[in-house]
Amino acid sequence: MSDTALPVRHGAANKPGHGALANLRGIWREANWIQRLALLIAAILLIIAIFAPLVAPHEPTAQSLIFRLRPPIGFDRFRDGYLLGTDELGRDVLARCLYGLQLTLALATMGACIGLVLGGGLGLVSGILGGLVDDVIMGAVDAQIAIPFTLIALLMLAVFGSSLEVMVLVLGVYGWEQYARIVRGEVRKLMQMPFIEAARAAGASGGRIAFRHILPNIVSPLVVQFTLNISNIVLLESTLSFLGIGVQPPTATLGSMVGIGRDYMPTAPWIVIAPAIMILLVTFAVQILGDWLRDRVDVRLRNR
Amino acid sequence: MWRHVVRTLTKMVVTLFVIVTLVFFATRMSGNSIDYIIGESVTQEDRELLTRYYGLDASIWTQYLKFLGSFLDGQFGLSFLERRPVSDIVAERVWPSLQLLLSGIGLTLLVSIPFGIAAAIYRKSWIGSAIMTFAFAGYALPNFVLAILMVLVFAFTLNWLPLVGNGTPWHFIMPTIALSGALIAALTRFTRNAMLDVLSQDYMRTARAKGLPERTVILKHGFRNASITILSVLGLQVAGLAAAGSVVIESIFSWPGIGDLLVSSAIQRDYPVLQFAVLAVALAVVVINAVVDIAYAYADPRIRLGGA
Repeated sequence: MSDTALPVRHGAANKPGHGALANLRGIWREANWIQRLALLIAAILLIIAIFAPLVAPHEPTAQSLIFRLRPPIGFDRFRDGYLLGTDELGRDVLARCLYGLQLTLALATMGACIGLVLGGGLGLVSGILGGLVDDVIMGAVDAQIAIPFTLIALLMLAVFGSSLEVMVLVLGVYGWEQYARIVRGEVRKLMQMPFIEAARAAGASGGRIAFRHILPNIVSPLVVQFTLNISNIVLLESTLSFLGIGVQPPTATLGSMVGIGRDYMPTAPWIVIAPAIMILLVTFAVQILGDWLRDRVDVRLRNR
Repeated sequence: MWRHVVRTLTKMVVTLFVIVTLVFFATRMSGNSIDYIIGESVTQEDRELLTRYYGLDASIWTQYLKFLGSFLDGQFGLSFLERRPVSDIVAERVWPSLQLLLSGIGLTLLVSIPFGIAAAIYRKSWIGSAIMTFAFAGYALPNFVLAILMVLVFAFTLNWLPLVGNGTPWHFIMPTIALSGALIAALTRFTRNAMLDVLSQDYMRTARAKGLPERTVILKHGFRNASITILSVLGLQVAGLAAAGSVVIESIFSWPGIGDLLVSSAIQRDYPVLQFAVLAVALAVVVINAVVDIAYAYADPRIRLGGA
């Protein structure tokens, strides 16, 4: 079990003699214009999210009560240095958007990773062990599918409080059943394959079979699910923060900015419009890329 | 058929039991929830009195059994804030929610069925791709962003539509559109796929060969067969999507329904109300799913007669 680190290489475009750059160029050439647009948007968003502290002109929580509710550039009363205007406390909308984007994406990535490990692990156990364990785990999956997750999220946040840690937990649990279902299905299929039988005949342990023989073969569908999961988590996090039960002020996420800003919509609509456009860009890019990835990786879903 | 019904119902009961148990223990994990509703100034005696008043002094297993028993006698406890039975509070919210839900589903069917059929028939022309692009946009557009943008344009800028409440038919326009946006996107995709599956069947060629007009072929032979799949998707996917959507949309438009109640009771930590409202919605979704599942099995002769 100790030799189970997994440097898995996969992907059809990974031909020998080509570097990562050539690989990227190949992907770019294959994409249609809308997918190229999504790739560009995703790249720009990622870069400005990662480098938010360098790009942002102000601290996201720095208030200046003299310059409250100033409009973006090009309008009357625009204040130099506040490109997208200021909010009700005189905070820079652009800076808050950048940091909000950073937090939204960080939460989504963490949540998707937790879901992957949790759901994938349960699916793996379920598929390999079978029997009663399988029945119990799949029963839980069925129950999870039946209940709208928003209800569970509301309940968890009300009970444990709306801290960042609880948010990570809630977002991490979201989507576990999809991972579990996919992994279990793939595992059950693979378990019938001759090479697993061969490994078992050679005396490989259950853990070795799971990590060395099965896991590398189910990476592709998991990557696809991971992307789709990220876009769903961005939506859930924005929605919860928008409703005021997710990330709490003064910390900004894109959703909470829209939620708080809606009180100022008649007089200062830019507080809402800027983060709303950011959310649209994120969900647009991730959805397009997710769909595209699914088409590339999973031949069976190509005609859906 | 009967085996299928029994299996579906068993699954439903197990799921319901899991939900009830999870909801109960989740709301009890926060310690004595009395502490959230009383101020600092309340004396220790009053705190104990309140704890006993709401039945929170018993052991957790006694409380759990009592909670299970409440499904028999209908006594689900009192709201912390309103001091009224939670079942009354939730009950008066059911009709507004149902109204919004029905108008949302109505709009969804009205738009997505014709568009889905058209997208399948004209899948190779610009009409098909235009519809699917439109459907995709609806899918990527979060419902609260759609709602907020509509409010900005139609309520604040143009002053055409009222913002909050459910008094007049005008009040229905924005919440209905915001609620059905994602549903329309999902159902248009499903309708298109179901129609594509049907259009390639042999009986469609037979119908054309008989000399039937194309309209009859598409609607009577094609759509009627696809409709079973479409309706089951409507029941299974839409119940969940609509429940999640109502929470957000009702909260934005202060619609006096269960979704608005869920959010406000979560923020105010009115656990008895939150617990009962979550249960009510979850039970509704699970029961609808089971009913759709059985109806689907009944409508599909392969399952009805095959005994699977």
